[in-house]
Amino acid sequence: MNTLLKIIKYQFHDLSRSKWIIIYTIFFFLLSYSLFTFSKDLSRVLISLMNVVLIIIPLVSTVFGTIHYYNSKEYIVFMLSQPIKRSTLFLGLYIGLAIPLALSFVVGISIPILFNLGNIRGGFDVLIFLFTAGFFQTMIFCSIAFLIATLNENKMLGLGIATFTWLAFSAIYDGLILFLLQILQDYPIEKISILLSMLNPIDLARLLVVLKLDISALMGYTGAVFQKFFGSSFGTILSISSLIAWTVIPFLIGIRKFSKKDF
Amino acid sequence: MITLTKYSKQYGSLKALSEINLNIPSGSLTFLVGPNASGKTTLIKSLLGLVKSTSGEIIVNGITLNGNYDYRKDIGYVSQIANFPDNLTVDEIFRMVKDLRNKQNNYDEELITSFQLESSFNKRLKTLSGGSRQKVNVAVAFLFDPKIIILDEPTAGLDPVASSLLKDKILKENKKGKTIIFTSHILSEMEELAQNVVFLLEGKIYFNGTIKELINSTDQRNLERAVASIMNGAEK
Repeated sequence: MNTLLKIIKYQFHDLSRSKWIIIYTIFFFLLSYSLFTFSKDLSRVLISLMNVVLIIIPLVSTVFGTIHYYNSKEYIVFMLSQPIKRSTLFLGLYIGLAIPLALSFVVGISIPILFNLGNIRGGFDVLIFLFTAGFFQTMIFCSIAFLIATLNENKMLGLGIATFTWLAFSAIYDGLILFLLQILQDYPIEKISILLSMLNPIDLARLLVVLKLDISALMGYTGAVFQKFFGSSFGTILSISSLIAWTVIPFLIGIRKFSKKDF
Repeated sequence: MITLTKYSKQYGSLKALSEINLNIPSGSLTFLVGPNASGKTTLIKSLLGLVKSTSGEIIVNGITLNGNYDYRKDIGYVSQIANFPDNLTVDEIFRMVKDLRNKQNNYDEELITSFQLESSFNKRLKTLSGGSRQKVNVAVAFLFDPKIIILDEPTAGLDPVASSLLKDKILKENKKGKTIIFTSHILSEMEELAQNVVFLLEGKIYFNGTIKELINSTDQRNLERAVASIMNGAEK
């Protein structure tokens, strides 16, 4: 077994016993369970589920990821005094954090879904997009969290930046876009708004899910443009690629800094 | 054998080490001493590749350090503060390090026994006290029978029993031919252990020789006064 897998294995051992991970799983379970209990309308359940997922996953991944890195500082020094390559350790710590978080989400949400299979009929493609969205949100925001923590030695500053990053992507960015659309409403800006939503991983994931639901018709002309773009195979490929880029680029910058850093 | 040639390390504008030339022969027991912020930890971290050089070179057992990592299989390192993932058990830490390093047949588990760590094998790291964690840290460093053992203020968190057990172990391993580098502010430890003293002051090597030579060079009665007079001299 190679070094990377061994590092991941012990990260798994550690995190699977962490009370936070367990609470996180239970949270998703209760959320999904109660939504299925209170509503029989599948698309409503899925929309509520998506809205919570797209707020909570980025928040927990960035904040928990940053804290996890800072708490592992002495452990990182210990590991680096072993015959281990820096990039291997960084990758190991990252996968060892992101995968348990993503699994928490998948397991927590899936159990109630399994009990409600009868209800779901026809909603499977939306569900798959919801899982994909949650998975990518975890990967992306863990990657951003590790980048922030690697760049900042100061824990409080790092946590502050992490929280602000989450806030920026989940609220401030949307506000700015709305403002922009308001100003430019007389111009044909659909293409720009497609581009702008590509630049925010949370919006991108939301669009991917929403456009699979019937309600996108309510979004008017812009919705139709979006539907046309994201519904096409080109649009899907482009948006998945964009999510992958959001995962890989912060990770690569992080691993570069990590390899050159003084500990 | 460890050789540093014109080695410098700068953090921003702060010169932590400047143009250090140092030779630590195999099988020696070197005591690194110096006031706070004199560069002891930076020197040790440089040997481990934890800190990247600004200029100069370091050769450990014939290998020039340039971001490579394989040479560290011959080094055991005890840091000032130990911390491991909270939810792993003591036993898992030992198994993990055995896993990570290539398997070997004979592990040196003497310290695990003498520190009585077996009784906490199933405890999670977060439930251990700082001292017990440091015991784990120390025991891990000796586990692989490494050729070089580097200890950065290892006795700071240990109780007197554990710390004397550690010192006995150090002397024993040194007799077997291990190279040992040790830092501490406790001068009685220095009198007890050191064959060779390297005195760091403001990032430079102020003195390198035996304890006797150190005392003679300052015209003082004993080691404590000799060290104090050098540190005082530096401040003036």
